[in-house]
Amino acid sequence: MDWLANVEAMVHHSRIKVPYTWSVGETGSRFFVELRDHRRILGRRCEGCRTVYVPPRKMCARCFQDTGAWVEVGPEGTLLTYTIVRYANELQPVKAPLAYGIIQLDGASTGLVHLLGDVDLKAIRSGMRLAPVFQEKRAGTILDIAYFQPVKAA
Amino acid sequence: MPNRVAIVGTGQTHHCTRRLDVNGVELIYEAVQRALADAELKIQDIDGVIIGNMDHFEGINYVDCWSIDGSGGFGKPTMKLTTGGTTGSTLAIGGYHMVASGMFDKLLVIGWEKNSESDTTGAITTAFDPIWDRLVFAGAISGLAVEASVYMATYGVTEKDAARVTVRDRRHACLNPYAHLRKEVTIEEVMSSARLSDPLKLLDLCPRTDGACAVIFASENVAEKICPKPAWILGTANRHLYTYLGDADFVNLPSLQRASAELYKKTGIREPLKQIDVMELYIPYSFAGLSWIEALGLCKPGEAPRLLWDGVTDLGGELPINASGGVISCNPIGATGLIRCAEAALQIMGKADKRQVPDVKIALSSGFGGCFWSDVLLYGARKPL
Amino acid sequence: MERVAIVGVGQIQQERNKVQDTFADMVFEATTKALEQAGIGIRQIENVVSASNDFWDGRTISSMAINDACGSYDKNISCVEGDGTFAAFYGMTRILSGAYDTTLVVAHCKGSESHSAHITNAMFDPLYVRSLGVDSIGSAALQARRYLDRYGITEEQCALVSVKNHGNAFRNPCAQLPLKLTVADVMKSRMLADPIKLLDASPISDGACAIILAREPVARKITDRPVWIRGVGYCADAYHLGDRDLAECDALSKASQKAYQMGGIRNPRKELDVVELYDAFSYQELLWTEGLGLCGRGEGGKLVESGATQMKGEIPVTPSGGLLSAHTVTAAGLVRIAEAVLQLRGGAGEHQIPGAKTALAHGVNGPCGQSHCVWILGV
Repeated sequence: MDWLANVEAMVHHSRIKVPYTWSVGETGSRFFVELRDHRRILGRRCEGCRTVYVPPRKMCARCFQDTGAWVEVGPEGTLLTYTIVRYANELQPVKAPLAYGIIQLDGASTGLVHLLGDVDLKAIRSGMRLAPVFQEKRAGTILDIAYFQPVKAA
Repeated sequence: MPNRVAIVGTGQTHHCTRRLDVNGVELIYEAVQRALADAELKIQDIDGVIIGNMDHFEGINYVDCWSIDGSGGFGKPTMKLTTGGTTGSTLAIGGYHMVASGMFDKLLVIGWEKNSESDTTGAITTAFDPIWDRLVFAGAISGLAVEASVYMATYGVTEKDAARVTVRDRRHACLNPYAHLRKEVTIEEVMSSARLSDPLKLLDLCPRTDGACAVIFASENVAEKICPKPAWILGTANRHLYTYLGDADFVNLPSLQRASAELYKKTGIREPLKQIDVMELYIPYSFAGLSWIEALGLCKPGEAPRLLWDGVTDLGGELPINASGGVISCNPIGATGLIRCAEAALQIMGKADKRQVPDVKIALSSGFGGCFWSDVLLYGARKPL
Repeated sequence: MERVAIVGVGQIQQERNKVQDTFADMVFEATTKALEQAGIGIRQIENVVSASNDFWDGRTISSMAINDACGSYDKNISCVEGDGTFAAFYGMTRILSGAYDTTLVVAHCKGSESHSAHITNAMFDPLYVRSLGVDSIGSAALQARRYLDRYGITEEQCALVSVKNHGNAFRNPCAQLPLKLTVADVMKSRMLADPIKLLDASPISDGACAIILAREPVARKITDRPVWIRGVGYCADAYHLGDRDLAECDALSKASQKAYQMGGIRNPRKELDVVELYDAFSYQELLWTEGLGLCGRGEGGKLVESGATQMKGEIPVTPSGGLLSAHTVTAAGLVRIAEAVLQLRGGAGEHQIPGAKTALAHGVNGPCGQSHCVWILGV
């Protein structure tokens, strides 16, 4: 097995390139249209357990039935948890350090994962009140909300 | 003691080119709701979920986790099985063992695919070894074209013989409201369709489909209470023989030969053509409808064209194959093998509507994919001893 | 229920970059070692269940890469896409179904061959979360913050886990990162995503693991040291991070309750001799010890501070060094089972817990521990 000691361990560099066109579905489409056209955030309520899902869901996983009413939520909400990411990866929409949070919008039962912006990173605390900042030009994606920023105290 | 296992309910979406109205999770939910309705069960009655698809077709990692809202797996034991094109049949086999083990009484088995969301060839190409195969042998079609060429050269089978398979499957599909392609085609139309990879033409091949299928497997403790005529699983077998395309034996699909030989041996099938009443086969392209039924032992190698032309495998013939229209009429890949299982079960249960074969006692379903891999299952109307 | 035993396990050296080895090489090595430990040949393996992940492998039918290498030629075979603990469950059912006497379960992963940020970002929903650039570390940090805030767990308590596990790794030849650390070392290490620092996180690793299951009568013929599967349970939580209370782990509680019930364990803290859990991050060991019922809710920090989870403690946790010392993703849970088996066979060498008779092994799938699989093994 001497040859193993002298083998040149080769490495083949490559990338997988598979483009995707995900169907948003009718429920998700309504949510994104509202973001894009009206800067409103919608949730959907399960009439069985009254959970208001944000992002809206076509079905309630717990009751396993179709959700019912559309409910406008927020715009403000409470920060449930957060982190400040210090390292860069190619996928980040803004430069590191960047902050993520899970925000429970007023009227929603679930939390929405999003970016926190225009904020002193050292001052972020769970329980903070936040409000969405919308992009000027919106395309009907989750990034139509640029980030959530702390509500200015009155 | 292991439990005997039966299928007590099935559900499918109406398979089509593109479902823009639902995302993947919602597509899955549709099939699951239909299966529950078919079995007259609620999600609370289900003890566990297994689900599968081919990852790179939708680009979602950990699909069992991602789909939990729609799969019914929330708060339950949930896991993903996947083996490429054989995913659906791998899932069916999984459903059997999981319930036979006694660990589950009622297991929900889900296969799905939203092929519209990606470039199928681009995604399938990633299945093959990046060092040896991927750079030179792209997509699913080329391998099958090679197999077809070998078959033609070995036995003198013609493109017209193969076209008869497409004609059969596409005609059957007209009776199946769930099938994707529901328009008959003629031999001439197949022969004059666009050449893609010699000798394969467009109409020799299966479509790309969005669809989901859910099947409920139940143990003997509950099966007969749920369903008056459940479809009992009599046996399962598979062979995933090859790792590199160059290793594959392109004559007579050895994986199917060996898997079916094992299945027949343990279930007492000595003359499949006589003893099996209906087959739902994963035939992704026309020539396979000839060479692979030889692999299944329905006739000697090279003789399959005769069975086709004599109408033996048509509805009304001695052994109808793909009463559902098969894969040539419908191919949501992760679901396809499971749809074969569901269709075989429907035949046993007497629920196959216009495509029902009379008096089905024994049915067989198969799966195909990967590197010329095969899975097979046998179903029976009578509870096994 | 008929009894099923694990009759042999095989692990390979876990490393940052096994540049000499392909997936197949790793799987062949692990499989060969498992067969050697069991003292049987590949022909006595009646079926195979592999575990892998298409994204980590960069191939859409990841099982294809290792088909030959796990000796599955001309056998019945299947593949679970997920952690090896789940694959082992399926492998067990294929014996209990009466179909096979023995099952080989093998898992692999080569973190070195991809960018983990891309791979883990792909776990997140493409419509709502993926474009935010979230990956496994960022999401774990969201969970860690919630957990620490809710229960007053401190970063220093998390650091103790890192100190313990990297220290334990010195006694495990297969571990990748034995490190002599203090709490201060961990606290000073580079912040990745608050509160997770470099030494709170698991490394990138290459590895594979194989285990062989057998029905009781066959197990007894194969080995005089069968390790019995006493109980197993698995359970999945909600998917969207905002649908879950990340400070809790209901899915783990449910999974472990099922496993305990099946295994006749009423007081896990007392009855378990060793625990190998899926510590992808230091805070997770604390949270999972709560979910496993080794201590009360919110008491994971106190538990590690007490020293009870040290190797010489009352309930040793991850004497192998855990994921913090080597994180082979889909193989990591199977490694936990293999480690538990070694403990119960008296074969864990320098990280042996003396007299271990009952062990727990744990695996995880999905973001922030969405889905858990718990094994109770005994001799």
